[in-house]
Amino acid sequence: MSASIAMAESSRSGAHALLDGAQTAWDMLSEEQMQKPITTGCEELDTILGGGIQCKAVTEIGGIPGIGKTQLGIQLAVNVQIPVQYGGLGGKAVYIDTEGSFMVERAHQIIEGCIADLFEKFEHRKQSLVCPYILQPNSFLANIFYFRVCSYTEQIAAVNYLEKFLEEHKDIIVVDSITFHFRRDFDDLAMRTRVLGGMSSKLMRFTKKHNLAVVLLNQVTTKFVDGSFQLTLALGDSWSHACTNRIILYWNGNERHAYIDKSPSLRSASAPFQVTSKGIRNVTSNCKRVRMM
Amino acid sequence: MSNKLISQMGLPSSLANVFSARNILTAKDALSLPEFDLMALLDVDRDQVRTAVARISEIACPPCRTALSLMEDRALTGGYLPTRLLGLDRALRGGIPFGALTELVGPSGIGKTQFCLKLALLAALPSSYGGLNGRVIYMDTESKFHSTRLIEIGRSSFPHIFNSEGMAQEMAGRIIVLRPASLDELTESLQQIQLIILQHDVKLLIVDSMAAILVGENERSTTGQKQHSCHLPLSFLKSLAEFSQIPIVVTNQVRSQNNYEVVHYPFQGIQWAHAVTIRLIFEAHSGQRFIKISKSPTSPAIAFPFLVKSSGIALLSDEGLEVTGSEMSTIRCEGLNVLVEGAEPFPHLGC
Repeated sequence: MSASIAMAESSRSGAHALLDGAQTAWDMLSEEQMQKPITTGCEELDTILGGGIQCKAVTEIGGIPGIGKTQLGIQLAVNVQIPVQYGGLGGKAVYIDTEGSFMVERAHQIIEGCIADLFEKFEHRKQSLVCPYILQPNSFLANIFYFRVCSYTEQIAAVNYLEKFLEEHKDIIVVDSITFHFRRDFDDLAMRTRVLGGMSSKLMRFTKKHNLAVVLLNQVTTKFVDGSFQLTLALGDSWSHACTNRIILYWNGNERHAYIDKSPSLRSASAPFQVTSKGIRNVTSNCKRVRMM
Repeated sequence: MSNKLISQMGLPSSLANVFSARNILTAKDALSLPEFDLMALLDVDRDQVRTAVARISEIACPPCRTALSLMEDRALTGGYLPTRLLGLDRALRGGIPFGALTELVGPSGIGKTQFCLKLALLAALPSSYGGLNGRVIYMDTESKFHSTRLIEIGRSSFPHIFNSEGMAQEMAGRIIVLRPASLDELTESLQQIQLIILQHDVKLLIVDSMAAILVGENERSTTGQKQHSCHLPLSFLKSLAEFSQIPIVVTNQVRSQNNYEVVHYPFQGIQWAHAVTIRLIFEAHSGQRFIKISKSPTSPAIAFPFLVKSSGIALLSDEGLEVTGSEMSTIRCEGLNVLVEGAEPFPHLGC
């Protein structure tokens, strides 16, 4: 008798423990509404994204070389740092560079553009809203934590190491680009899929545990399929389930566009954007001349 | 980093022994396996595998640096080789960057080698004249290097230097010309160049041209055969550039059959194309030649009209023409008769 009571009690407390770890949909909604997204710098793009890149989610951004993936990656690593007093998150960024695309001079340029726009936007305030030291390019540069990985081993090691590294508060991880090192050198393709799967579920876990955004830049390549070249996301078949949201950057005539390809909560929509010397911005009709700094 | 030995990572010896008993010797071996496979292979529980993998990862992970420290490094090394073409240097925020790969692509005879010859001189010049005061390695795969032309460019551009006693010899003496006779020889020399760069104070490496190697790579990728990691020379050159922090310039040919062809170079489909940081397209249309910045992290796509003079390349305008959309990656070869293979004609007179 006592044994069955003990068992019933233990299963009840086990059930409690299970429920304790879960969240109700209402809690999640309240949380999501409080969570500020990271602005991309382009208002139209922010709009179709529901305000910007969501924290607590993995967003994949794919596109052909030259379309602006790295530009967007660097922009997000900068914009996450916009102080709370200026409407931002006041956060820090991790940038994992697998191809050596990150150019620190460009980051500096983008930071200067961001700071200039903040001052312009908050011009009506007489004093600076934060300590002047914070709105300096060097401050922003100091909050971008950069890893240069040169092989898939280093990439896996870096993602594993992040588990410990993220104990000190970070708000965004940008991986530029995610599949580059996995496209050659891996002989066992089934194994590759599982290793990629392990890496992606780890990144997914980081978003929940550490309340940050993960942005994965991916290459679009041409595949020779059925007698013609077609554009596909690299390692698309093994990777497609790994992200929460997917955005494709593409050329529409002479304009750059972003298209929401996959999202559980956002509608499929596309928005134009521009890559300027200040960074990612809205397309404006009077911005046709190239202005050199 | 991937080849670091597990035996030297400070794991508890019982665990380290299990790894080596199963022939998992390097970080690469361990991290290439999913967690579950490792558990099964080593016959240890999940917590032990996790602790071991965390330790291995910590050691195999490249060091973390802030962007600020990267910037400070850049400031120390100077960071650029100015081309002395004002519009181009302004757009590239200084010039040809150190530690990165710059590609020059265009039809034969348009002026890529002329550009390279000038760069070689600029790198050899003493710092008091704005040069890098170093040696240059010029890998000439198609016998296009003409030393008379080099001296002519030098005399025209820097008369005060080249007309003084012995300077022409000194400058020309700093440019080491290698002529690999075959594809294999080229790949082999690239392997040894790393050491040469360090030992001989080399400040610039030029490979003119990479066309022979890249044709081979291109064929492999379009036939859909699985590419093994044989030497992909451009990736190797890129790591070499990053490691030695010098500029590396490679040239690439396109061939057109007739005079009016627009070549859509399929950069997007080719893996090696990502290794290049800056791509300058040399092309001809509307009766003029242009240097077009096709890929650059700090510059929008703009094209500058140019001429080839006795002093090398000269821009006709320092304000570029904006280029958008698909034009950024097309190469126009109008008006250039490229049926003649071999040495570029001396285009002294421009067009």
